[in-house]
Amino acid sequence: MNDQPAIVVENLSKTFRLPHERVSGLKQGVVNLFRTERGYENQEVLKNISFRVEQGEFFGIVGRNGSGKSTLLKILANIYVPNSGTVTIHGSLTPFIELGVGFNPELTGRENVFLNGALLGFSRKEMEDMYDDIVSFAELENFMDQRLKNYSSGMQVRLAFSIAIKAKSDILILDEVLAVGDAAFQQKCFGYFEQLRNENKTVVLVTHDMAAVTRFCDRAIYLKDGKLLQDASASEVAETYKLENIEAPKPKKGGPELSTAHSLVTKVTKQSDETVTVTFNYESEKNSRMYIGFSILKDGISVAEMTTAPSKPLTGSGSIHYTLDTSVLNPGVYQITSVLCQIAGRKLLTVSKRPVTFTVKGEDPTRGGAVKLADTWQF
Amino acid sequence: MKLLRIFSRRDRIIIRELVVTDFKLRYQGSILGYLWSLLKPLLLFTILYLVFVRFLRFGGDVEHFPIYLLLGIVLWTFFTEATNQGLHAIVDKGGILRKIAFPKYVLVLASTISALINLAINLAVVFIFMLVTGAGIQSTLIYLPLNILELYVFALALAFFLSTAMVKYRDIGYIWEVVLQGFFYATPIIYPVSMVLNNSETAAKLLMLNPVAQIIQDARYNMVTHQTITTWSLIDNPFLASVPFLIVLLFITLASIYFRKRARFFAEDI
Repeated sequence: MNDQPAIVVENLSKTFRLPHERVSGLKQGVVNLFRTERGYENQEVLKNISFRVEQGEFFGIVGRNGSGKSTLLKILANIYVPNSGTVTIHGSLTPFIELGVGFNPELTGRENVFLNGALLGFSRKEMEDMYDDIVSFAELENFMDQRLKNYSSGMQVRLAFSIAIKAKSDILILDEVLAVGDAAFQQKCFGYFEQLRNENKTVVLVTHDMAAVTRFCDRAIYLKDGKLLQDASASEVAETYKLENIEAPKPKKGGPELSTAHSLVTKVTKQSDETVTVTFNYESEKNSRMYIGFSILKDGISVAEMTTAPSKPLTGSGSIHYTLDTSVLNPGVYQITSVLCQIAGRKLLTVSKRPVTFTVKGEDPTRGGAVKLADTWQF
Repeated sequence: MKLLRIFSRRDRIIIRELVVTDFKLRYQGSILGYLWSLLKPLLLFTILYLVFVRFLRFGGDVEHFPIYLLLGIVLWTFFTEATNQGLHAIVDKGGILRKIAFPKYVLVLASTISALINLAINLAVVFIFMLVTGAGIQSTLIYLPLNILELYVFALALAFFLSTAMVKYRDIGYIWEVVLQGFFYATPIIYPVSMVLNNSETAAKLLMLNPVAQIIQDARYNMVTHQTITTWSLIDNPFLASVPFLIVLLFITLASIYFRKRARFFAEDI
């Protein structure tokens, strides 16, 4: 078995038929039977995808939202049926498209453990043997007889994850489990991934988190608009992904849309030993509701970021003033970069052209960095 | 091969948990809880008994008519429960279907099994009634499981068909409600077959071709009284008399084919 690849995907394509008017009634179904033009459009979600995952490989699938990752995963997990192409799987496979499948809020934590376990293929007896382990790993000993609806979302995820890691199959499919939970929980996930790596399990991981991809995955594929863009080592794919997605926000046609219809001029208008006042002069020919945002930088590192409140929208043209108590800052030169944005959609309208600087005077060799902390020494 | 896969270990585990969960959730928040499984048909029986037996004087010519009526109601309650729960079995579990792969028939089976458990409880009550009222036990009682099996297969066939159709056409839920209401009156549950027979023999014969009517009458014959008019005693032609059976066989065959053909796409279509 070991010389066979774990997963072989060949020329896989998937098209969803999306009805213009949803056919969810008999009448509509009957009417559509007699229609010559069909009221649906085909959406190609996956286009001729081929790749293979070797035994014991930690395999990543990356791509932006809507690139077809989840559809691919559901086909691997035998939930969706491909239109063409084949998927061959050697070994048993457990899909965690989502944690806690079948969790019912009206049942207690304990009951949910058994239900979820059953869907993963565990009998009642097997679950009873594992039960204490699961509960202690989830750190939920005192909550198991409460209904799930009274759990916090973090608690639910912990419980689901603790059950999931008990599933013993040759191939594991994990979908964005990293996106949920707090830092401590993510740490647990990472620990579990390390363990899987050490056990040489075959794992397919779908994620946006390039750090996780480079840390765990041996190899990865990059999906874009349903096409396989790259099939390479994890670090190469992560690099491409980062490059692509930094470029992505730039408008594709006609250059930046930072039109002349808006302008923002930022100046330092008053400075004393204790305060600095910055004035923003904004002008807009359009009738949009706007806000100003800016950051204060020292040595190129952002120290603080502020915006005007959306509850006080700016319109037309005018000027506003911002006064800062500089006693919280260490001596040095500070730079301000500011932007004018539209509240609807947080669309960037314009950027203040010249960088603005102010200086906090004085000298204090005992302090570095930007922030003067309110602190005391004791000797 | 396919038959062997049915009831694989994993499927059994899932069915068990689904049935248990369904029972836990069904009467949640109600004070009487599981007692409602018993109370519902008993209360319905009381109403129908008062209206039809006491006021309208139905069933005077049938011995042990109250038991005869109760058995009919219990079987009919099972039929409506199994088909109604089966109808929603796939659609209600859409969330699970979209996240994990498992044989879909499991969902339909689980939903009908919990109705079957209710039926067992209710039949026990009918039995107790029989002992209390001194109706006596027929030797043909041993054939009752066959009637129940036939009723279950028929309900299962409908559940397979309805749950599949429901995925695409949500109207089915409303239609089925009305159809059930219609069949409640088209099936000799509250009235004895003799009432129809006195008016029109053809109508009575036609009525008895309905599998549910055939099953209920057979069950009454086997359990309550041999005076019961059954499909076999009413229709002489043996081929015609086996039409209810053939309907059940046809339904389960077609419904299974339809279900298996569509089951692959449930996750996408819901």
